[in-house]
Amino acid sequence: MSAAMTSSEIRSKHRAIAPSRGGRPWTFYALAALFTFYVVALYGPMICIYILSFQDVRGGLVFPMKGLSLHWFIDLFTQVRTGDVKGAFDRSIKLAILVTIITVVVSFMAALAFRRRFPGDNIVFSLMIGSLVAPGLVLGIGVGLLFNALGIETSWYGSALGAQLSWTLPFGVLVMFAVMSRFNPAWEEAARDLGATAWQRIWLVMLPVLAPGLVAVALFGFTLSYDEFARTLQTAGPQNTLPLEIWSMTLNVTSPSLYALGTVTTIISFLIIAAALGTIAWIQRRRGARAGMR
Amino acid sequence: MTVRRGDIELAGLTKTFDGVHMAVQGVNLRIPNGAYCCFLGPSGCGKTTILRMIAGHEDPSDGEILIGGENVVGLAPVQRGTAMMFQSYALFPHLSVRDNIAFALRVRGLDKAERYRVTDAMIEKVRLSELRDRLPAQLSGGQQQRVALARAAITEPRVLLLDEPLSALDEQLRVQMRVELQRMQRELGITFVHVTHSQLEAIALADLVVVMEKGEIKQAGPAREVYASPKDRYVAEFLGGQNVLSGKVETIADGRLSFAPLDRAEIAVPMRANARVGVGDQIDVAVRRDDIELLRPNATISTGEQTAVPGRVLAIEYQGSFVKVMLDAIADEEFVAYVPERSFFRDPFAIGDIVLAAWRIDHARLLGR
Repeated sequence: MSAAMTSSEIRSKHRAIAPSRGGRPWTFYALAALFTFYVVALYGPMICIYILSFQDVRGGLVFPMKGLSLHWFIDLFTQVRTGDVKGAFDRSIKLAILVTIITVVVSFMAALAFRRRFPGDNIVFSLMIGSLVAPGLVLGIGVGLLFNALGIETSWYGSALGAQLSWTLPFGVLVMFAVMSRFNPAWEEAARDLGATAWQRIWLVMLPVLAPGLVAVALFGFTLSYDEFARTLQTAGPQNTLPLEIWSMTLNVTSPSLYALGTVTTIISFLIIAAALGTIAWIQRRRGARAGMR
Repeated sequence: MTVRRGDIELAGLTKTFDGVHMAVQGVNLRIPNGAYCCFLGPSGCGKTTILRMIAGHEDPSDGEILIGGENVVGLAPVQRGTAMMFQSYALFPHLSVRDNIAFALRVRGLDKAERYRVTDAMIEKVRLSELRDRLPAQLSGGQQQRVALARAAITEPRVLLLDEPLSALDEQLRVQMRVELQRMQRELGITFVHVTHSQLEAIALADLVVVMEKGEIKQAGPAREVYASPKDRYVAEFLGGQNVLSGKVETIADGRLSFAPLDRAEIAVPMRANARVGVGDQIDVAVRRDDIELLRPNATISTGEQTAVPGRVLAIEYQGSFVKVMLDAIADEEFVAYVPERSFFRDPFAIGDIVLAAWRIDHARLLGR
């Protein structure tokens, strides 16, 4: 008798906490609908392009789909009229790797420097943020003009590299600040106390502890560079990077090759992101696994 | 006098961070080899700054630090032969227990086999063998502390510096690890310098307690001396266990002086040798809380031997082995009696009762000002 009463009491208490047990409140459906709309709006256009890139030879630039094949992917890499896609792709990857390395190294060192106050630190910081705020196209034109005035040929590995760094470095430094804020300065001091030299403190303590954050900064630098357009437009010189190539294709290529290119570049981007996230997960799992060993 | 390797001497040690405020001002202190020394004081009193200067993580603005007779100012921590255990331990989060402890050997260039051989012996010593391959995040607070201790001790330093080593632990563990620290200190036989804001910790552990206030040493001495014979009001109140009464000196006679705290009748105190006090001077007097006997108001006391002040019971706290009774004997000041549990319950008082707080005159102590 008393047990039954207790259980009913518990049930009534339960109901008070979750009033619509079994059914969800209407706000759940409203918010779910909003989220679905958001996802469709975000990925819908891209997915249209991916789908259209798989048409066969009769394919056009709009729906409906005409057939199903990899024709336009082959076309992309074999036809001269679509432009130098392979070369552009090659250059973009090389440029992005270059930008990534410089961004990681420089922003790591900058974050080390900014851990303490130094004369003019506010000015340096403001100048850095300034280049983030400057319109990319204008900045690109400026860099192009400067190279012109100095009589140096603009190129993807020279002027474009510089223009892209003006974009990736401030971002890299800001992210690195956030990464560094999770580093306990006592770790470094403890290493010093135990006799580690400045280099040993960086190699044995800072870099391993900050490794996941550094990979994140690298990923950031890579993706920013890989699809950078505005700053590269006036600075890349005679040879296009991939975004410039795609842009020029939109002006003169009227086949689903364009879409095939979009699909290929997306796949590459995803692979790179997966590799970066995989690296972070690997670092963390390796630590966990080693810790689990006996 | 011969200087031993773990002797520490601070001479005129001074530190200022901004050139205006003195974090540490002119500290002179000798810590003998193999002593357990506790710096005790509230936060911001400069105790951690002194520790960091001894460790070599902070440079003194002025003064000298001698370890084993040589001035170590300007030397790196390793050259000083000191090792520090950091507050909240600062264990390297990416390294296993074993690699954390082996770190100092690794940066000295010992090969893996050799450094693991030495490390495993140390791991054995601090009883961490089971947890050798764990990461710091997978350890409890007490285990982390043992790792930190082992990591600092692996270099065989002559001085171990501990910055609030127990503050990250909960109450029960703190008492346990206190014992562990003492055991390690005896086993290693080296000088320990321990910074804390807990007087309980300091008097439980230290051979030498150094009480600090505003960058200066207030009193330094064995735990019992600092606790039972505080030099002044600050030390008495910081270490606790004392009631401090203030008043003007009325008469001085027969090695005793009498003074009148506020509205109270005159109270006698033994005069201290070399105390320079005259009639009319304001003085502080300390009476230990456990020296106070609570009597019913009609009780008689032996004048000449005992003295007493009346008061009303404000609060009673049961503490197990004794009962803490708070009185309003002195206006605006705490007045507390620690009554042994058995004698309290023989004739218990209630809140609001009027009592007579009595103590032997020669148990009261004239404090310096």
